[in-house]
Amino acid sequence: MRESNQDTFPKLALRNAQRIPRKVAMREKDLGIWQSYTWSEYVEQARLIALGLAALGFARGDKTAVVGDNRPQLYWAMLATQALGGVPVPLYQDSIEREMQYIVDHAEARFAVVEDQEQVDKLLHVREQCPVLEWIIYDDPRGLRHYRDSCLLSLEDLKERGRKFAQDNPGYFDQEVARGRADDTAIIAYTSGTTGQPKGAMLSHRNLIETARNAVEREKLTEDEEVMAYLPMAWIGDHMFSFGQSVVAGFTTNCPESAATVLADLKEIGPTYFFAPPSIWENILTSVMIRVDDTAWIKRRTVHFFLDLARRVERCRLAHRSVPLRDRLLYPLGWLLVYGPLRDNLGMGRIRVAYTAGEAIGPELFEFYRSLGINVKQLYGMTESSALICIQRDGDVKLDTVGPPLPGVEVRITESGEVMYRSPGVFQGYYKNPEATRQTLDDGWVHSGDAGVFDRDGHLKIIDRARDVGRLVDGTLFAPKYLENKLKFSPYVKEAVCVGNGRAFVSALVNIDLASVGNWAERRNLAYTSYTDLAQKPEVYDLIRQEVVRVNRSLLEDESLRGAQIRRFLLLHKELDADDQEITRTRKVRRGFVAQKYAPLIEALYGSADHVNVEAQVTYEDGRTATVRAAVRLCDAETFAGAGART
Amino acid sequence: MKVDGSPGLTPILEVQDVSVRFGAVQALERVSLQIRRGEIVAIIGPNGAGKTTLLNVISGFYHPTAGRILFEGRDRTHLRPYDVAALGIARTFQNVALFKGMSVLDNIMTGRLLKMRGSFLLEALYWGPAMKQELEHRAFVERIIDFLEIEAIRKASAGRLPYGLQKRVELARALAAEPKLLLLDEPMAGMNVEEKEDMCRFILGVNDEFGTTIALIEHDMSVVMDISDRVVALDYGRKIADGSPDEVRADQGVIDAYLGVSHA
Repeated sequence: MRESNQDTFPKLALRNAQRIPRKVAMREKDLGIWQSYTWSEYVEQARLIALGLAALGFARGDKTAVVGDNRPQLYWAMLATQALGGVPVPLYQDSIEREMQYIVDHAEARFAVVEDQEQVDKLLHVREQCPVLEWIIYDDPRGLRHYRDSCLLSLEDLKERGRKFAQDNPGYFDQEVARGRADDTAIIAYTSGTTGQPKGAMLSHRNLIETARNAVEREKLTEDEEVMAYLPMAWIGDHMFSFGQSVVAGFTTNCPESAATVLADLKEIGPTYFFAPPSIWENILTSVMIRVDDTAWIKRRTVHFFLDLARRVERCRLAHRSVPLRDRLLYPLGWLLVYGPLRDNLGMGRIRVAYTAGEAIGPELFEFYRSLGINVKQLYGMTESSALICIQRDGDVKLDTVGPPLPGVEVRITESGEVMYRSPGVFQGYYKNPEATRQTLDDGWVHSGDAGVFDRDGHLKIIDRARDVGRLVDGTLFAPKYLENKLKFSPYVKEAVCVGNGRAFVSALVNIDLASVGNWAERRNLAYTSYTDLAQKPEVYDLIRQEVVRVNRSLLEDESLRGAQIRRFLLLHKELDADDQEITRTRKVRRGFVAQKYAPLIEALYGSADHVNVEAQVTYEDGRTATVRAAVRLCDAETFAGAGART
Repeated sequence: MKVDGSPGLTPILEVQDVSVRFGAVQALERVSLQIRRGEIVAIIGPNGAGKTTLLNVISGFYHPTAGRILFEGRDRTHLRPYDVAALGIARTFQNVALFKGMSVLDNIMTGRLLKMRGSFLLEALYWGPAMKQELEHRAFVERIIDFLEIEAIRKASAGRLPYGLQKRVELARALAAEPKLLLLDEPMAGMNVEEKEDMCRFILGVNDEFGTTIALIEHDMSVVMDISDRVVALDYGRKIADGSPDEVRADQGVIDAYLGVSHA
């Protein structure tokens, strides 16, 4: 398998064009019809683009910025760049000019291949600042008819130049492909770092191909898979699934008609291999449930009955318990009436392998899809590891782990709890940033920046960002986000902030979810006047205490984390709000700010009083501020020791 | 502001001394104007000035009590709407007039009706030339769907769409007839800023890509000033100004009648 003539993506694509020339490599819905491109067309298109680039003076080592929605032409442009010994640099299509300019400038991209007028406009501005960008090549000519810039060229014209170039230089393409080496850089993927400027991770052909191969073998992917390419091309995951694994395994990548049509296109394609972050899984579920609630009551009752049944069955399966006889008998009926049609309607009827990653997925969500028989598994990876580190095995799926490391990947946990890994996929370093490379790469091992633990079955469990992890006074590991996520899985908890670093025990500040707790209160005839009033009701404290106790009990399963149970909590008198700078616009808690702002509350949690008086400034949307005064209760929660006995 | 492309000087449509009277109401009084090939002309005026009447006269829905209408140099004063459409004039309506129960795709396909040839039987059997023809029309309609970026609602039923999208579907249906002259009656009424900007982009795009001549009625002055090559102002059924947006904006008669004195 691993001869030297298959050590780069262009060589592998040529192999596909020889071995399975008529097999469909890509599909794109265009003008309402799925247009197919075979592997031989795939390579032919990439060849013409490569020759066109060569005619423009593309030299080995040059970079091509690639910007746009997932389009076959853009994937071909990446392969074309690699064929000439160049490096594609995919950019996020919704980046603003300033971000694009930084990357184009930093990567010294001489060429850009972009989707349409929107991106051309941005790059023309970028070019005024970085003259290193010589050519902007566009696919969709709409709106560009009157543009007269000499650096602009349509993809069609580029291919035409390629055809002419081929007449003068026969054999050029094959020669250039043959010169490619496994350790040439195959892509520079810029990470959208939350702090500072983005860093360009360089991944070699060997990195990506070996990682792709290992995953393909482990997940038993074949050339018959269908994958949907709908997440940004600049994201390493899409590059791995829609390009890397597709070329390695020879399977089909499908490009949706537009970002708005993904769900409908999903249904038409029926992928066998699918990736989505938790937010998308959630959107799909919500859109289904809205439609279910709109139907006649008999259908609605049927759906809910069987979905509940499926969920019970799935819970038994996940816990390796046996399913009660009644459920076991009814399950096939549910398959006939609900699960089959629903899967089909979602376009998930053919899924063999599906992944979720990026964030913790709620148990309800995870169980919903798994209970429909959709093989959703968790995955862990990052740009620096060629996208993949751990994947759960078929039939060995857990709610809160990311599974065991892939073949060829070693993972270890440092003294401080940080996950480190070493694998064939480990990147070559950050482009033009040896300082950052030194900080991340340590003798072949990569600092992931994540804190994790291994459970007793060898599954890795990611618990928090490493820098947020602390220790209680007695040295017990304390991972605030892990606890907060568990709390937030409750429909009644909107936000939670846990404190405990350097303290005797863990305590939590909890935001109730006004909609669901309000609903719960109404059903119990519990009158309330405001958020503050509702949050301080003893009944609501009882409700949330049960949730906290549930979290505490679930921690027992974890040797290393069981010491960090939540002993005290309070319900905040106001919602954490971006206008008050307590959370970011993307709804991430600003831990330091909250700790400072609510310091009196936190101190009270570690004192002996049962309530504390607070005053808080709130900012209304029109900018006015007001002061809210409230007495906030403090509440103890049960904690559990070793075998489940109470302390 | 539209800068490129110079609209031709040959008129595609000439309205000569047209008057329309409904009983005692003089809706249009001796109105004359020319619409030149390839331009975007805006018709403005206060409520009841006769803008929609003018559009209805052009599209053959009303017949003038006096005066003539020439389309491409030939007298078309007394044609019926069906024949006017066949000549290459398409329109959208002030109040959306879609087939609410039909899909967006089917709605747009009805715009191709005048282009369809063939027997009822072949159509019903979807066989031979009928099938080929249907596929050609569908391909054309798909180009419009792509152009107006309504792929995601292709199969949605038109009545369930938000108002702004219904307007866009109506434009798509008018475009499906491949008109030489497109009449838009308040294409942006009731839209939010973003929808208006999209619609402006599409109107300019249609004019640019397909070379379609466009006459539109619009109340939003910033839109009118931005996208039109020429503005015609009506008041009480009479034409009171005709010229470039800047000229009309500065015209004292128009300011008095319509724009208000303090307009910048």
